Amino acid sequence: MKHHIVPRVIAKLFIPGIILFGLYVQFHGDYGPGGGFQAGVIIGAAMILYGLIYGLNDLKKVAPSNIIISLIAFGFLLYAGVGIVTQILGANFLEYGVLGHTQKEGQHIGIILVELGVGITVASVMVIIFYMFAGRKN
Amino acid sequence: MSLEIYIDLILVIFLAITGIAVIYVRNLFAVAMLSGIYSLLMASIFVVLDAVDVAFTEAAVGAGISTILMLGVLAITGNREKVSNKSPILPLLIVICTGALLVYGTWDLPIFGDPNAPVHTHVAPEYIANTYKHTGMPNIVTAVLASYRGYDTLGEVGVIFTAGVGVLLLLSRRKTTNKLNQKSKSEDQS
Repeated sequence: MKHHIVPRVIAKLFIPGIILFGLYVQFHGDYGPGGGFQAGVIIGAAMILYGLIYGLNDLKKVAPSNIIISLIAFGFLLYAGVGIVTQILGANFLEYGVLGHTQKEGQHIGIILVELGVGITVASVMVIIFYMFAGRKN
Repeated sequence: MSLEIYIDLILVIFLAITGIAVIYVRNLFAVAMLSGIYSLLMASIFVVLDAVDVAFTEAAVGAGISTILMLGVLAITGNREKVSNKSPILPLLIVICTGALLVYGTWDLPIFGDPNAPVHTHVAPEYIANTYKHTGMPNIVTAVLASYRGYDTLGEVGVIFTAGVGVLLLLSRRKTTNKLNQKSKSEDQS
């Protein structure tokens, strides 16, 4: 789609907004609807849109596939790691209360970290699926 | 009758029209768009049912990413559907039987909105009463998913992780296999 000016301009205008909205959904998930899963999908969609319009190679410059592959595991490990940290601090697996000074503060920190892990894994899985499909063309 | 009934009716009729159109349209590009519309209508129905988080997921996954992925696949495969010569009777029979069983199953469900339904009398009142006290989260859905049922969500992330690894293993052409193929080819030639 390199020679279609309308999609290129529209994508350039929209992609920062989409990513910003994804971050809003990610970090506002405890107050409004949303959370890590939806945010990951939105950010993944923004990156795939970039790849569709500007080509796979440009997207791979922004998000190299080996980094994306390690991010898949990183998000999952971040989630499980929060559970292990709470265990080390003397509570049950994924019992966030011990992460902060008060129960509510700990819950807040725990939920934000866990949702971040979900978001990272989901976004990078979406991008990697796109890489795998789009890369088969050549 | 409230206005909500009419909105529900219109959405369901559109849903049926989109479903039938998906079957009849042979242009796969149009089918990808129609399935996106289907998901968007589904998301609207979830909003009417007050399940905003589910609606959000349906809109992001169904209407957003899966449409984009389908378009990405269509760029490789071409966008005309092959006409199949197989008789549609057996699949139709299976679909009708499954649908009839599902409708039969709904007879046992409590009426929609019934306050005495099991789902409203089991753990839900406890979550509604105590979530803010326990976690300080205004959004109960997030608190339940990430905190009360943290194990569940960890398992779901594991499923997504496994799906990603599966796609990687199936579709990435690794250098080692290419080398092996080249080796076997050169052996064949010698």
